[in-house]
Amino acid sequence: MIPELGHFALVLALAIALVQSTVPLYGARTGDAALMGVAAPTALAQFGFVAISFAALVACYVTSDFSVATVFENSHSAMPLIYKFTSVWGNHEGSMLLWVLILSVFGALVAAFGSNIPATLKATVLSVQSWVAAAFYIFILATSNPFVRMAQAPFEGRDLNPILQDFGLAVHPPMLYLGYVGFSISFAFAIGALIEGRIDAAWARWVRPWTLIAWICLTLGIAMGSFWAYYTLGWGGWWYWDPVENASFMPWLAGTALLHSALVMEKREALKVWTILLAILTFSLSLIGTFLVRSGVLTSVHAFASDPMRGIFILAILVLFIGGGLALFAWRAPLLKQGGLFAPISREGALVINNLFLTTACATVFVGTLYPLALEAMTGAKISVGAPYFDWTFGPLFIILMIAVPFGPLLAWKRGDLKGVTQRLTAAFALAVIGVLVVCVVEGRPVFAAVGLGVATFVIAGAATDLFERTGLWRAPFPIAARRAVGLPRSAWGTAFAHIGLGITLLGIVGETQWGSEQIVSLRQGDKVALRHYDFTFEGTSTRNGPNYSEKAVHFVVRRNGEVIGEMVPSKRTFPARDMTTTEAALMTRGVSQLYVSLGDISQDGAVAVRIYHKPLVLLIWLGAVVMAFGGALSLSDRRLRVGAPKPAKAKSKPALQPAE
Amino acid sequence: MRIATIVRLLVLAAALAAPTPGFAVRPDEILPDPRLEVRARALSHELRCMVCQNQSIDDSDAPLAHDLRVLVRERLKAGDTNQQVLDFLVARYGEFVLLKPRFEWQTAPLWLAPIGILLVGTVTLAAAVRRRRLRRAARLDAPVPLSESEQARLAELTGAGPG
Repeated sequence: MIPELGHFALVLALAIALVQSTVPLYGARTGDAALMGVAAPTALAQFGFVAISFAALVACYVTSDFSVATVFENSHSAMPLIYKFTSVWGNHEGSMLLWVLILSVFGALVAAFGSNIPATLKATVLSVQSWVAAAFYIFILATSNPFVRMAQAPFEGRDLNPILQDFGLAVHPPMLYLGYVGFSISFAFAIGALIEGRIDAAWARWVRPWTLIAWICLTLGIAMGSFWAYYTLGWGGWWYWDPVENASFMPWLAGTALLHSALVMEKREALKVWTILLAILTFSLSLIGTFLVRSGVLTSVHAFASDPMRGIFILAILVLFIGGGLALFAWRAPLLKQGGLFAPISREGALVINNLFLTTACATVFVGTLYPLALEAMTGAKISVGAPYFDWTFGPLFIILMIAVPFGPLLAWKRGDLKGVTQRLTAAFALAVIGVLVVCVVEGRPVFAAVGLGVATFVIAGAATDLFERTGLWRAPFPIAARRAVGLPRSAWGTAFAHIGLGITLLGIVGETQWGSEQIVSLRQGDKVALRHYDFTFEGTSTRNGPNYSEKAVHFVVRRNGEVIGEMVPSKRTFPARDMTTTEAALMTRGVSQLYVSLGDISQDGAVAVRIYHKPLVLLIWLGAVVMAFGGALSLSDRRLRVGAPKPAKAKSKPALQPAE
Repeated sequence: MRIATIVRLLVLAAALAAPTPGFAVRPDEILPDPRLEVRARALSHELRCMVCQNQSIDDSDAPLAHDLRVLVRERLKAGDTNQQVLDFLVARYGEFVLLKPRFEWQTAPLWLAPIGILLVGTVTLAAAVRRRRLRRAARLDAPVPLSESEQARLAELTGAGPG
């Protein structure tokens, strides 16, 4: 009964989506307020029905209803409750349902909180968003229905893939989807602007919070995925330039560019056409990210044919939205009036450079990811494009971009003074040089480490310089500076934090890749192995039974300069339901660095293959992402995005503040 | 193994046999000469495990990756240069084995794409800036045409009224 209810609710959501995708749009075109008014209630109703559908699927998983095919294939009655819950989206069908749930949440949010958006634009936006929703409902119902029952219900499920039985699955896919789907709002706003044929600074202001929310979630989602892979997969890698990772990274790069270009549009009414194009491209990349990964085409061209129905559907949806969006852009964009002139050396100019490099970096990832497929399809030649390619192409692009980062916020709008800004950045630059010298003398390391470290320090110190400048910390007495700091627009803080986060991440990357060390050894009980200042003693082994697995663990006592600092217990788990073994690495945090121990084969005579890593600064990689997201959140809370929010009473008496951002 | 693998597992679910996370380089593979071993590890990062999904042989615990790692070390012990090792593997397994494709006519677009896109972008930007500056200059220099009411007033003043 419950699966059928869920299925039926999904069909109703489709019906509502079809109404929402046509009626309000017609109303907006003809100026009929009643028809436009249909948009908000249908968006809320759509959310309601998808939520019922999703809840039904959750109920199937939590109660282990193995008569439902997807539950049988991805769950097990002995799994802990949290994994029963998360395995809802640990498979294709369920994750698509999560996708549309999030899509409908965003639609409902626009309907509920978008009261300051003009009625016609709001109706158009909700309609456009509903096109996307309708396409996805049809896709799910026709090719990926999670509620399909089996003729004979089995007694036990096949279990969730053990690697996915982790807290990471609870966080990573939902965050990633919040990011992907959030960009659908920017897309809908862009299409709405094209249909209406007008766009202004206010448009940028309405679209900015949604882009920011999507960007924050995507940042955290990617970081979470990276961290999850790092601790769960047993050899401490955190990014591999794999097509599937690239698929999530491309929308992030494009979305970051969009955030910056929308800023120019909001402040200076320039870059309008470009911003619209970026909004379309960002969501297109999100769709590609969702779909190409799901269709398996990234693994091999031939995987596409393994499920032709799904493949054709996916292709149709991509062509419809990407092709349609771009065609509409080509047709209507010339109508949009350009505004706001600026000199090449200015804040706008810096943001254009930012966009140039981010877009090129994004295109590089795109080409690197899809070129082997295209080449194979056209000539049959098989090549591989892996991490070394991206290190050589994406790496330099991003380093140049990051050198430019500190200049942007310090330049004035319209016409900037590059010489003055360079002077103000002298301290930051000096700090970077000192950092490089100190570390290179102490550690004696190659060129990349020095460049990376210098750039990271420069970015962090540069962002701090901006804050010091704005608050006058160096010139004014502290209480005045503190008062100015409080009065500074939140978006200024947001910019600084986001840029500092970027620098922190680079610092972590440099530390982990350039100063990391490892030991691969075969050990027996009582053996000792040293790595950097630490030594590890193999104390003994133990076994234990978990809810749906059995575990064999090895106990290491860790000493630093002879002093015991703790115990590390890496293990191997065997899951009988799938006859699979996973490696559980042991991690010990030392400041922002980590020790990492994982097990290899355990041979009959008791010798264990062990891999021990020292990963300096590694936590900074993800900490930086969190700081970036925090910066985004600060910017989101900026007063100017909450149009109509009351001004602080003392605003007038304050000395003239710097303009926001 | 990697995030990608996780995502792919999400995608492929149970149907396809997923590689289990485990152990790449095994202790017994490591060469006694540390300098050769460092070269072997560096080369391993650039070689693809052909039965895996975009994994280097350094990361993969597939039997083929193990064989390739041993092969690389054998060639190094035999005195091959890095380039000779790569050439040997390409002769045996084709270009597919290289994670960093060589610069050839068929990979030229791949390698030139980043710099090409950057150049095209820069030129487009420069052209746009120039065009706007020209347009603006033209607009400032050209006299603003009179509006209808102004023209009527002018006609009135000069006595050559419309009617």
